[in-house]
Amino acid sequence: MSEKTALPVGQEAIRDKGWWMAHRFLILRRVAQAFFLGLFLLGPWFGIWWVKGNLAGSLTFDVLPLTDPFVLVQGLVAQHWPEMTAIIGALIVGVVYALIGGRVYCSWVCPINPVTDAAHWLHDRLGLAKGWQPKRGTRYWVLGMVLVVSALTGTIAWEFVNPISMLHRGLIFGMGFAWTFVLAVFLFDLVVSRRGWCGHLCPVGAFYGLLGHGSILRVSAVKRSECDDCMDCFAVCPEMHVITPALRGADEDTPIILSPDCSNCGRCVDVCAPDVFKFTTRFDTTPAPARAVRRNKQRQPEASRAA
Amino acid sequence: MSAAPKRNATPTSRRRFLQDAARAAGACAVAGMALGKLATDARALPAQAIRPPGALPEEDFLAACIRCGLCVRDCPYDTLKLAELGIEGPATGTPYFTARDIPCEMCDDIPCVVACPTGALDHGLTNIDDADMGLAVLIDEEHCLNALGLRCDVCYRVCPVIDKAITLERRHNERSGAHAIFMPIVHSDHCTGCGKCEKSCVLPGEAAIKVLPRRVAMAEAADHYKLGWEDRNPMVDDIIDLPDRLPGPGTDNLAAPGGYLPDGMPDPSMDGGFTPSFELPGTGGAGQ
Repeated sequence: MSEKTALPVGQEAIRDKGWWMAHRFLILRRVAQAFFLGLFLLGPWFGIWWVKGNLAGSLTFDVLPLTDPFVLVQGLVAQHWPEMTAIIGALIVGVVYALIGGRVYCSWVCPINPVTDAAHWLHDRLGLAKGWQPKRGTRYWVLGMVLVVSALTGTIAWEFVNPISMLHRGLIFGMGFAWTFVLAVFLFDLVVSRRGWCGHLCPVGAFYGLLGHGSILRVSAVKRSECDDCMDCFAVCPEMHVITPALRGADEDTPIILSPDCSNCGRCVDVCAPDVFKFTTRFDTTPAPARAVRRNKQRQPEASRAA
Repeated sequence: MSAAPKRNATPTSRRRFLQDAARAAGACAVAGMALGKLATDARALPAQAIRPPGALPEEDFLAACIRCGLCVRDCPYDTLKLAELGIEGPATGTPYFTARDIPCEMCDDIPCVVACPTGALDHGLTNIDDADMGLAVLIDEEHCLNALGLRCDVCYRVCPVIDKAITLERRHNERSGAHAIFMPIVHSDHCTGCGKCEKSCVLPGEAAIKVLPRRVAMAEAADHYKLGWEDRNPMVDDIIDLPDRLPGPGTDNLAAPGGYLPDGMPDPSMDGGFTPSFELPGTGGAGQ
């Protein structure tokens, strides 16, 4: 591997592209997270009731109903057939995320994302071991478990513990002791399992991932031939297994990251100095020749330094 | 491409797969049981937490309510709240109100029900007088001022369904012997459980009249019970001919108690025997 891997993550990109271009999607993402949370807080904090409700269900400008499809699905398996308002709301949300990527919810909207990102930042600063790393399919097991419990108990089961609703509803309607759930997730990601919650366990993310399985908007390693093995994309990617097939693929393999686990956060686009990655559609057929053969290097443990 | 299935078919990887699946299933079973415990515990709705008008029965409510809080937002009197974690109340995030703090003002247009996107608050409820949030119960007659013979009457006066849900029933005041007691009586067929009475009860601290969920406040008549003064139809179709009670020798008369014939009377001199102290005319010297 090149000596560039020794540089701090993103240094090279800042040097080559400037600070803004090396951070734009991160900044935009934080702005989006603050924006969506802010919309909900305008009412309770400033009396401007553009948006009422919370992420589970909301009403915007008194006309646009939005409903979390995962919550609605749990209600359905718990054998409650909802009113049309909730169904329309869930369809709107479902279609949007199916087009732009289900896990866009995770990285651009979900209020727990800054919490786990903060945990990961501190985790790195403290140089902690990655800890327990559940299998990749674990989140789908959790998703199945939630649906089974919903069906058996006749309740919307995940909402009893969902840290996303706990935090979001807590900020908007009153926190109580809901902050303990948020703290638990933070500590879990900090000391128990690196990228553990959002990356391995959260059934909401699993659901949205499935929802966006065929999403249009995708990141593509279109200039993968220019990759210089600095490993920065692996270091910043919260779901780093999604990069490998696209970046390390052969000529005939698509350079588009098609894994539903990819949350379209765009951080890989930021930190790549040679601009290998870019946002595109899944139908993009721009030819993307593979990197020059580096058999010996490919055998090296690729993700050893990756976060 | 054919390499992948072949690799998966090796005994080691199959065993590995089964082990991983068993491990995941086991972990999910444990986590699921914990989650299921939380979910079933949440059904234990505290008696003082009243659901909004039109709320489905509690076991259906938790399948329907997505905890969005839109009913809370559209409540013009800030009556409704979303339950907060760890603070005594119903399941976290679900709407409720505490009548003693802010009761339901029974809006004609029922905005909370209209706002509910899922029907956890039943959209079939269009007349607020049909609401059934609970039932007011005069729970402490020892401290209720009206029950003590004073004229407080506040619960009766504030009731939105005055003279139907709460009436004042005049009783004799046994203590003074000369006054009346105007007893507040709640009628379950008209009470909506809005809690205005509980809110306005003048006693400090707890109210003497409280709204309770109907499941707590009401008993149930057995299926076969019949109130004869409300329903004149006899229980059985055939006329039952009960024996007539007439003086004279027979099944039951004073001259021969228990149907004893005069000659079969117990000896008056013996223990348990007796002599009637009177004679009935025309019975032939009964009782000797």
